[in-house]
Amino acid sequence: MSVYGADKRHHTLTVLVENKAGVLARVAGLFSRRGFNIFSLAVAPSDDERFSRITIVVDVESVPLDQIIKQLDKLVPVVSITELDPSSARERELLMATVEAAQGSRGQIIQLVGVFEGKIVDVGHDRLTVALEGAPVKLDDFEDLIRTYGIVDLQRTGRVALPKLDRSAHGGQAGDGRNAFGQDTERAG
Amino acid sequence: MQLTGAQALIKSLEMEQVEVMFGLPGGAILPVYDPIIDSSIRHILVRHEQGAGHMAEGYAQVTGRPGVAMVTSGPGATNVVTPLADAYMDSIPLVVVTGQVATSSIGTDAFQESDITGITMGITKHNWLITDVRDIPRVVAEAFHVATTGRPGPVLIDIPKDVANAAMDWYWPDPSDLDLPGYHPVSVGDPQLVRQAAELLLHATRPLLYAGGGILKSRASDSLLELAERTGIPVVTTLMARGSFPDSHPLCLGMPGMHGNYTAVTAMQRSDLLCALGSRFDDRVTGRLDAFAPEAKIIHVDIDPAELNKVRRADVAISGDCRLVIDGLLQALSDLGLAHSDATRVARGGAPSDAAPGGSAAPGTMASAYPRRQLVPWRSQLSEWQRRYPLVYDQQPGVGALKPQFVLETLREASPEDTIVASGVGQHQMFASQWWRFDHPYTWVNSGGLGTMGFAVPAAIGAKVGRPDRMVWAVDGDGCFQMTAQELVTASSERIPVKIAILNNAYLGMVRQWQEMFYDERYSEVYLSPDLPDYVGWAEAMGCVGLRVESAEEVASVIDKANDIDDRPVVIDFRTDAAEKVYPMVAAGDSNDNIVVDPSLHGGGVR
Repeated sequence: MSVYGADKRHHTLTVLVENKAGVLARVAGLFSRRGFNIFSLAVAPSDDERFSRITIVVDVESVPLDQIIKQLDKLVPVVSITELDPSSARERELLMATVEAAQGSRGQIIQLVGVFEGKIVDVGHDRLTVALEGAPVKLDDFEDLIRTYGIVDLQRTGRVALPKLDRSAHGGQAGDGRNAFGQDTERAG
Repeated sequence: MQLTGAQALIKSLEMEQVEVMFGLPGGAILPVYDPIIDSSIRHILVRHEQGAGHMAEGYAQVTGRPGVAMVTSGPGATNVVTPLADAYMDSIPLVVVTGQVATSSIGTDAFQESDITGITMGITKHNWLITDVRDIPRVVAEAFHVATTGRPGPVLIDIPKDVANAAMDWYWPDPSDLDLPGYHPVSVGDPQLVRQAAELLLHATRPLLYAGGGILKSRASDSLLELAERTGIPVVTTLMARGSFPDSHPLCLGMPGMHGNYTAVTAMQRSDLLCALGSRFDDRVTGRLDAFAPEAKIIHVDIDPAELNKVRRADVAISGDCRLVIDGLLQALSDLGLAHSDATRVARGGAPSDAAPGGSAAPGTMASAYPRRQLVPWRSQLSEWQRRYPLVYDQQPGVGALKPQFVLETLREASPEDTIVASGVGQHQMFASQWWRFDHPYTWVNSGGLGTMGFAVPAAIGAKVGRPDRMVWAVDGDGCFQMTAQELVTASSERIPVKIAILNNAYLGMVRQWQEMFYDERYSEVYLSPDLPDYVGWAEAMGCVGLRVESAEEVASVIDKANDIDDRPVVIDFRTDAAEKVYPMVAAGDSNDNIVVDPSLHGGGVR
């Protein structure tokens, strides 16, 4: 069963925030108190040490994306928000899983990991821990396939994303944002 | 110049031109209270920290300047949570400084520790925990900037005791030194959208200006008056906007909403264009949303882009400062041929149909194709509704129970017309909004969004501190009064002569009204007793003059007596009719079309 994939309810926002104490709590708190749903969230420092980048996949079934973006933009430490349409973004995610791998199935699992260009990162007597990086849809497929062998533990990082590069003659980035919500806020796609 | 963090904090407040602050000291904030002795800032010592917060709100609401409160850590800080939430809902600029345990103790459950920045994240515009003494001047400057620009709101600065005691080299930041890379409030509206809005205003035949608190925040009352008079469009003023447009103006329809008057509520329902100016389609205004103003196009002007299309989709949504956008609309109307003329000045005190026909249109312009006389049928309709469904009450002379509305009318007539009125939350608040005549901006101080009982007494004190030249009356309920009355000790000791009118019906009146109407008169936990406490004795004990009124005959003379006292606070205990209900009323969640007027008007409604 695919849980990630290109669900229409899910939109990816990359949010540039000041790298200060409590900023993640402010963002997460905003989502909970306004009843917005977070599907996944990944956060790490950006190339500029003053800022961190939060990639949030939001569920827009109950609240319009527009309202989520505008409320986020009101948080003082939020510097810019970019909405990334899956069709104009490169998305990546990391999956790690410990799988039941007794003698009978071990070979098949190793083969599967090879096909998906994943890695075996730990080996036990009757279990394997595997890691796979890739587009979220690919991870969905892999997860479906290994489920039949018995998943002991599974963890996914939540997706990170960057806009696709523009390969037209003039260069520049695809989907340079509409400046819809203030000078620092772009929405690609 | 070397200063301690505490000295730097107080000096920073002085740099921000703070003249007065409200607070109460305690362990963690002790260092900061020492330099207050030598400061030009007046500190008003409250009896409970909630009082400090509401006083700062009252001060801010009447002066337009940020209110400042200072309290200690832990319980001191948690006691200002309600005022912060209140100020956040009503967009009141507030700067609250809280003490905090030393940085080395944070997170250890130290004595009087509370995570106040965490607690107040959702009810402040922003907050700061200062961990480096050198940040103090910059953070104070940032705090005032954030509180007062864009959509105003409360901010909080949490300062650990060791940071207040540390030394730093004094500096005062330039505006360019502020470290707010993500903060860019909008101000001027998009001129193209403004032009579109101006055209809609010209075309409409049943238009309405829906003025909210943003008019007052942006100091746009004069601009609003000009817009209404030039276009001939009537105005409703929400609970947060009372006084932003004069009640005695023929184009003023008064307050809409759950307890709004029939004409204001029904005008919104029947209008073909609602121009929302600094208002936010609050549920108390719209009633059942899918039945609200079904035929109206919407122009929505708000400084907070997140308010646009949040509740009701707008045909023209303009993010910008209300005053700048209205001035833009006036310019656009001039460009379309609708000029300002002195003839648009309208005499006060009439009905909408008495209003002058609006500005004159230059021949051949768009404005001439939509002459202002096209609004005459609409204004006649409004006048007809006003005539058929006025606000009413029935004060029987002599024997009858004292009606709260009669008290308010008498109080209004006996007090200067620029009197500032503060109120708590409940029936008395609705009566005050309905029966006072607000002809001046910044004369109405109340808790709108959060609905904080106990707001009136401290807010009135703060208002009187901000405007000592004005008479300040708090209209309070007996339930509300008991929540914060102790601040009258503050008022007496600081010689702040506020006046309190308690409409004492011995009930939590609004809850009682709902239980009567919607719970088959099963009164659950709403009776308070008229005599316990003894309000007159309590007032006297707090250093005030205490007076009591039990019949309609005494009302005027006792009010005159109270208005003559100017050296101490006065409390009047008005014993009012517990059975009196606030009408009109739209039941929660019901359509505004089902407005229920006073039964004496034979159950009208536009059903």
